[in-house]
Amino acid sequence: MPDPVEIVILSGKGGTGKTTVTAAFSSLSGNVVFADCDVDAADLHLILSPEIYRSESFASGIKAEINLSMCNGCGVCQHLCRFNAIEPENGVFTVDEHACEGCGLCQEACPVGAISIKHHNNNRIFFSNCRFGPLIYGKLAIAEENSGRLISKIRQHAKAIALENHAGFILLDGPPGIGCPVIASVTGTDIVVAVTEPTISGWHDLERLMEMISGFHTTLYVIINKYDLNRDIACQIENNLRGKGINLLGKLPYDEAVVHALLHGQTITEYEPDGLIRHEVKKMWKTITSNIYEPKSIRKN
Amino acid sequence: MRIAITSGKGGTGKTTLSTGLFYVLTEYMKYKVQLLDCDVEEPDCHIFIKSPPTDSYPVTLSIPYIDPGKCTFCGKCKSICAFNAIIMLPMTKFIEVVTDMCRGCGACTYVCPEKAISEDYEEIGKVTYHDYLSSEGFIEGRMKVGKALQTRVIRETIKHAAQNGITLYDSPPGTSCPVVATVSKSDFAVMVTEPTPFGLYDLKLMTETIRNLGKKHGIVVNKAGLDFHPLYDYISAEKIPLLGEIPFRKEYAMAYSHGHILPEKYESLKQTFLDIFKMIINA
Repeated sequence: MPDPVEIVILSGKGGTGKTTVTAAFSSLSGNVVFADCDVDAADLHLILSPEIYRSESFASGIKAEINLSMCNGCGVCQHLCRFNAIEPENGVFTVDEHACEGCGLCQEACPVGAISIKHHNNNRIFFSNCRFGPLIYGKLAIAEENSGRLISKIRQHAKAIALENHAGFILLDGPPGIGCPVIASVTGTDIVVAVTEPTISGWHDLERLMEMISGFHTTLYVIINKYDLNRDIACQIENNLRGKGINLLGKLPYDEAVVHALLHGQTITEYEPDGLIRHEVKKMWKTITSNIYEPKSIRKN
Repeated sequence: MRIAITSGKGGTGKTTLSTGLFYVLTEYMKYKVQLLDCDVEEPDCHIFIKSPPTDSYPVTLSIPYIDPGKCTFCGKCKSICAFNAIIMLPMTKFIEVVTDMCRGCGACTYVCPEKAISEDYEEIGKVTYHDYLSSEGFIEGRMKVGKALQTRVIRETIKHAAQNGITLYDSPPGTSCPVVATVSKSDFAVMVTEPTPFGLYDLKLMTETIRNLGKKHGIVVNKAGLDFHPLYDYISAEKIPLLGEIPFRKEYAMAYSHGHILPEKYESLKQTFLDIFKMIINA
């Protein structure tokens, strides 16, 4: 049994239609496991309305804490902290938990042992089933960090479930941007589908994303969503992609039905079963799947 | 006053609002205003603020280098490293820092008994100054592609902000650490949303985040027009000030796609943006 093929949907810029495209693929794809890697704002479950059968907590922040009854106010911790996370307030040393990276240097250096490192356990991972298959998603605790590690954990679970179910594909709805959550989503995946829009910002952000992805061994496809909002820029993007030798997977029109589908808790492909978008998305899915010839283990070499 | 323009969901109109507010406040109100692009992963304000940089400063990280000749493989650096960034194989006398995982905290350098660790600066991003409408009116933070320490670049960018007048922070999307790094240095958070189920769900997460940070806040509904009741019900039930609405028009989407500042191109929106600002200062 070959490993399941992991496909991640990204965009660089937010709001270009990652979740809409993921949901559209989900209704067409068959034997698939879904994972929402946009842990800041996981929205896929709003369309897939899954039933949760299990959830677990996951370690979030690791922060320093100063025991004030032991602190002698020497200031060594403040002096050593490179994140400016320790400031005396009216002579009392406290840790700014939003600036603290949890490195533990202050704990090591404190001459009176007044500093400890506290683990928070507030992130959650949900295991659920929706009408198209299993869905794993996360919820980041409020104002927490470590979304990269949470994403890696969600992906591990998705892979285990995919192997158990003999699923051929894992479909990941990715986060916006190009920082650590995106790196955690791309590392080790087989295929990246980048969804862009015909705006200068959309292209600028896609270019940065493509540069970031170029360091990974992964196949890249691009979708131009809402292409008819500015056909000139859509055309420029197409030309630029051609110049770079990047595969244009297809173009999707702007369609208010996307929002109406969402209001009905449906994917656009369910809401308009004879619509143009369903037709296009089906073609895209076929392109992606028909280009996977060999099992993953061979392709990697 | 420092105003952060945020949104849980991406693509709701943070940059549209920040560049628009920046424009009307400098152009019509003659305030001393500065715009900071804190979306360092994907900074887009420069597409609208078309002016070349006048000055730039690197954002650096102090990355350790371990001299294998001096190293006794005691393992103290490896055990203190909270980010698992040190690989050590004593059998083969191999020790190395994985620079992509290192956050430059300096703990390894501090604990090394042999003084085998030296540090060198690595550039992870850049802060650039631009003259636009006024001197140093626009400052951009930009993370280097392939780097992952966005919060560090954001904090360094904010350090460059003017200490007086009005400062607008164009925040990254989401609710996690990069957003917290931006909002925690502001006095007021504007939450931009759109009248869709995604917009509402992400707004709820954002509201929790902002309340947790104890910041004054209000909501701007962009792409308004779709009569999505649950959003407005939520806003009134939670008693969050609705600062204003920007209607959805295909021509606005078109203007945005070309990189136009909305109230600069559409005189009719000038008052909309000025009213949003008045609501912010009175909220």
